[in-house]
Parts: sequence; C-alpha cells; structure tokens
Amino acid sequence: MDSRTHTRYVERAMWPIGRGDRKFWIVVVVLSAMVAAGFYAYIYQLQRGLWVTGLNQKVSWGFYIINCVFFIGISYGGAMTSAILRLTNAKWRAPLTRLAEATAVAALLVGAVYPIIDLGRPDRALHLLLYPQVGSPIVWDLVAVSTYLVASFVFLYLPLIPDLAMCRDTLGPSAGRVRRTIYRVLALGWRGEPRQERSLARGIGIMAVLIIPLAVSVHSVLAWLFAVTARGGWHSTIFAPLFVLAAMLSGVAAVILVVAALRKVYGLQEFITAKHFRYLSYLLIALGVGYLYFMVSEYLTEAYVLERSTTPVLEAIFEGVYAPAFWVFTVGGLVLPLVVAALPGRFAIARACTGSALIIGGMWLKRFLIVVPGMAEPVMPWDWGRYAPTWVEVTITIGSAAAIPLLLIVFFRFFPAMSVHEMEEVEGAELRRTRMVPAFAGGGDE
Amino acid sequence: MTGRLSRREMLGVLGGIGTGALAAGFAPIAFPEADAAEPGPKRQWAQGNEYNMPRPCFQCENAPCLRVCPVAATFQTGEGVVLVDQDRCIGCRMCMAACPYGARYFNYNEPPGHQHPFQHPTPEHPVPQQKGTVGKCMFCVHRTEDGKLPACVDACGMGALYIGDLVEDVATNGQQTVRLSQFIRENDAFRYKEELGTGPRVYYIAGHGQLWES
Ligand code: SF4
Ligand code: SF4
Repeated sequence: MDSRTHTRYVERAMWPIGRGDRKFWIVVVVLSAMVAAGFYAYIYQLQRGLWVTGLNQKVSWGFYIINCVFFIGISYGGAMTSAILRLTNAKWRAPLTRLAEATAVAALLVGAVYPIIDLGRPDRALHLLLYPQVGSPIVWDLVAVSTYLVASFVFLYLPLIPDLAMCRDTLGPSAGRVRRTIYRVLALGWRGEPRQERSLARGIGIMAVLIIPLAVSVHSVLAWLFAVTARGGWHSTIFAPLFVLAAMLSGVAAVILVVAALRKVYGLQEFITAKHFRYLSYLLIALGVGYLYFMVSEYLTEAYVLERSTTPVLEAIFEGVYAPAFWVFTVGGLVLPLVVAALPGRFAIARACTGSALIIGGMWLKRFLIVVPGMAEPVMPWDWGRYAPTWVEVTITIGSAAAIPLLLIVFFRFFPAMSVHEMEEVEGAELRRTRMVPAFAGGGDE
Repeated sequence: MTGRLSRREMLGVLGGIGTGALAAGFAPIAFPEADAAEPGPKRQWAQGNEYNMPRPCFQCENAPCLRVCPVAATFQTGEGVVLVDQDRCIGCRMCMAACPYGARYFNYNEPPGHQHPFQHPTPEHPVPQQKGTVGKCMFCVHRTEDGKLPACVDACGMGALYIGDLVEDVATNGQQTVRLSQFIRENDAFRYKEELGTGPRVYYIAGHGQLWES
C-alpha cells in the first residue's frame, strides 16, 4: 500500500464521521420510526400483559425466545469472524474487523433485551440477582450473556483506541469540544509508543482468544435452555454444538450483509473488494456445510429410532403443519444459498449477499422450527398447541431488527468505520498523521 | 376422613380414561385456585380431544419444574407437594417448558377472584392468582392441612378421585377408604411417563370397558 492509498484509506475510514447529509437523516428517521414502533408495542404489552401476544398455555415460548436466540447468534458470528481472522492473522482482515465487531455488539444489545421482553413480570427481573438458583439454565444464561456482553464491548474498544487517538489528533477544533473530549478520554493517552503497542497487541490477542470460548458458552447455554427439558425434539445432545454452528453461520452471513451495505454507503469499494467477499463466502460455505452435517445427524438419529416423544414433532416438521417452513428453510435457506455462494465466477459480491440474506432468513425459520413445534407437541394425550404471533410480537421483532443498522450507523458517525491502526500494522506502513478536515466542517469530500 | 392427608409421600388415585369423562364436568367448580364460588376457568386441569381426563399436577418426587426455576420460586414442601411462590416468580415460563405433563399454566391475563383486603395469597393458598406468574394444582394443601379433602375429590360425585398417603398406605375418595398399595395393584394403576424418572405421584386407573358396555 503506497502512501497515496494510505491517505485514501484513512480518509474513507473517517468519512462517515460527523456526516449528516439528507440521506443520512432519512435513513436515521426511518429506522428510528421502526424502533419507536417496536417500543410502542412493548409498552402496549407492558400495560396489558402477555395476553396481547399469541402465546398460550401450550405454546408459551414464541417469537421472543426465537429472536433472542437469533440475534445473539448473529452477534456471536460477528465476534467469531473477527476473532478467527485475528488469530489466523489473515492479512485481508484490516478493513473488516471493525465492522464485524460493531455488528457483534449491536446484535447482542438487541438479543440480550429479549429475555426481559419475554418475562411475565419484568418488574421482578432483579429477582434473578437476588435469589439466583444456580441449577437453572436461565441463570447460566444470565451469567454467560452478561460476561459475553462485557467481553464484546472490550473486544470492540481495544482495537479502537489507536484510532480514537488519531481522531483526537487529526480532527480539528471544528469537531466540537464535547466530541474531542470524548476522543481524548477514550483514547486513554495513546501515543503509539512501542510499550503501548505491545500491551495493546497483547490485550487484543487475549480478547481474541477469550471471546471464542465465551461465545461458545453463550450459545451452548442457550441451547441447554431447550435441551435440559424432556420435550420431543428438544432433548438432544447435539443441541449445543448445533446452536453454536447455527450462530456462526447466521453471524457470518450478517457480517457479509453489513460489510456490503456499509461499503456502498461509505464508499469503501477501493479497500473492501470482491476478494474479501470471496473469502467470507468460503467461511460461510464451510460453516453451512458443517451445519447441514450436524442437522442431518440430529434428524437421522432421531427419525431412525422414532421415540414416542420425538416422532410427532418430526412428523409435524417433515410432513405436517411445519413442513412448508422446514422445506423452505432446508432448500431455500441452506442448500440453495450455499450453492449460490460457492459457484465460481463473476458477481462474487452479489452472490455472497444473496446467499447471506437467504441464510439469515433460513436461520430464523430454523429457530422457529426448534422452538414452536417442540412447544406445540402435546405432552399428554391431547391436541396440538397452536401459535400465531400477534401484531405486538411482529412489531417488536421488526423494531428490534431495525435497531441493529441504526446502532451501527450512529456508531460509525462517531468512530472510524475501518481500523486504520490495524491496516498500518498489517501493511507495516509508516504511521502518517495527515490533518483531516472533518465533514461537518465542510470538507472531507473529494 | 380424619388426620392429615398430605404427608411426605402423597397420592391421588384417579379413575381415569373410562370414567374420566366426568371429570371435565366438575373441574370448573372444584378448581381451587379460583375459589369454589367463582365460576372460574377450568384451565388445563381437565381437557382432551377424544376424551377428557383429569390432569392435576403430579407432584413429581424429582420435579423437573423445580430444578429449572431461576429464582427458586418453585419449591417442595416437606410433605412432597410442589408449590409456586407467586410473589417471587418472574414469569419466565421455563418451568412450563420443563414440566413433562403440561401441568402448569401461565396467568396471561388478570386471573379471576378478588383480592381479599386482609389476606395476601400465599403459595399454600394462591388465591387469587397473580397476573404474569405461573400457577398449577397444589393438591389443595390449604384444605388438606385442615384434614379436608382437596376440592376436586370433594366435588366429584362419582367418587372417581382418591387422595391418600403413600407412607400410611391409605387413600380415600370421601366415600370409601382403601388400602393404597392393594388398590393400585388390583386396578392395574399406572403413571404417566414413569421412564423419565420424575417420580410422578398421581396414579391413573384405566377404564375396563364400562363406557362401551353401556
Ligand atoms: S407435574 Fe409438572 S408441575 Fe407438577 S411437579 Fe411434576 S414437573 Fe412440576
Ligand atoms: S415461571 Fe416462575 S416458577 Fe416458573 S421457572 Fe420462571 S420464575 Fe420459576
């Protein structure tokens, strides 16, 4: 990377900072409106109680639990992508890690709210801390998710420190006092000294190693929420690894979409190229094939024995009421996208994005197929339960999904979208401090 | 009927399946948490598709609902009855997922029954139920403590329900007292999903074709 490209890289990374043109505000307003609608639906539910949802005596877990698993899964994939790229020291990672880590935090913030939304008595959420019963998978969840939340924040923050220092040093007084104070405080006196570089590298290394077992534990624990019960289709030993793989798969797909979208919006085409998408697609394909294998292993062993508790669930999934969802997921949400992403040749980016979007939809359906049929199956000799979400659940789901891009663009309005420091490290380039004119001072654009 | 009915081991012998069709008829009146005066919901106590059958909480010896509760709102009394402290329950419904018998219900809406000005609902007498928490059959411990029969046993005109004590080996339906172990043996009583190791303490007696003969 020559010095001209380097300057351009820094420029593009800083480009979204402080930017607030019409398009930006339109997007922010639209997303905020969706989030606000979600909030309204939640307040509506708070005032009236959970009967406003489609949940009932038989199917007492629905959209909220599905979404909790789904969003935390996406978060996990983001963190894993970044950690794996760091640990394998992939040279091409520099422009991607920040986007992946930020996606991880944003998705986790959304996913971690869902257990509270699902509570019948959210006013008593504190009881979890006052009277925890360590034998309960929900307490394991609480511990795992909160640890992981802290860790993923640190994982986002550490590599950000040198870039914050850069913002502090290069953004002129026009950045405003408050903002510059924030940069100064958050940069923790970073001067790029060798000693600081060493501790930072060590810190990031430790976090990259730590985040993997943490994320694995979060998703295993989420799986045990189901697997520790005696319900057909839930009580399965493969659930924890299956959930972990599902999370990584949907997470990598989400990273691909986020990267593709922000690359367009922030004009990062020069640095994030088809090559990156191809590599990410490889990751996606490897995980997808792995998931397919786990899933076949799960269903085959269960369907072969046809135990009394699992048989009705499997029948409902393969050929009963849930069959449309199942086959749409298997064909359209798993096999087809993998083929699309794996095809050689042109349109790598478009294919990666199509595949990812399908996989994300498919993985949501898969979570639905785990939660709802397992719940609806009659545990005694009765009818099947029924479940259809109401507008409250749908609105909250849409609102929470909109919160992720909203959090991301707000975040990148204040912090560089690509890691400058990391690029310098990877490229071994000289640290050059060019004085930037921020966008809100009327400059920054070419 | 004398003495305490609910000792550590406790039992409900239910004339199931064959005569159980009758159960649905009285369940609404007998549903204790809603008070006898209240024409309360029959909840899940008795329901079915081909036939109705009573399904109280089985008061599992090794209760899965108890193990998964994150705040220990579900607990077991010394006598073996599983109770829910609705003052502590956070309404996560994990116990509903874990109960292999679907014995628990969630109070999605404001449950029937008015709050007594001086009396607060307790786990032993959870009336009225609290919205946003789970409830379940609790073998009417508030009645058995006083030596009374559970409301359902009391209300069943056909005497299809028995309650007894596994330690003292007696059971009664309010009309006749039987030797428990012998009664179970002679009537081929069975329990649901024994293989799960939950140790359910409710036995069912299958019909012997009475319904078809008549
Ligand atoms: S029947 Fe269900 S609610 Fe009752 S003790 Fe057993 S597991 Fe708990
Ligand atoms: S719903 Fe209540 S009783 Fe059931 S597991 Fe949750 S806190 Fe415990």
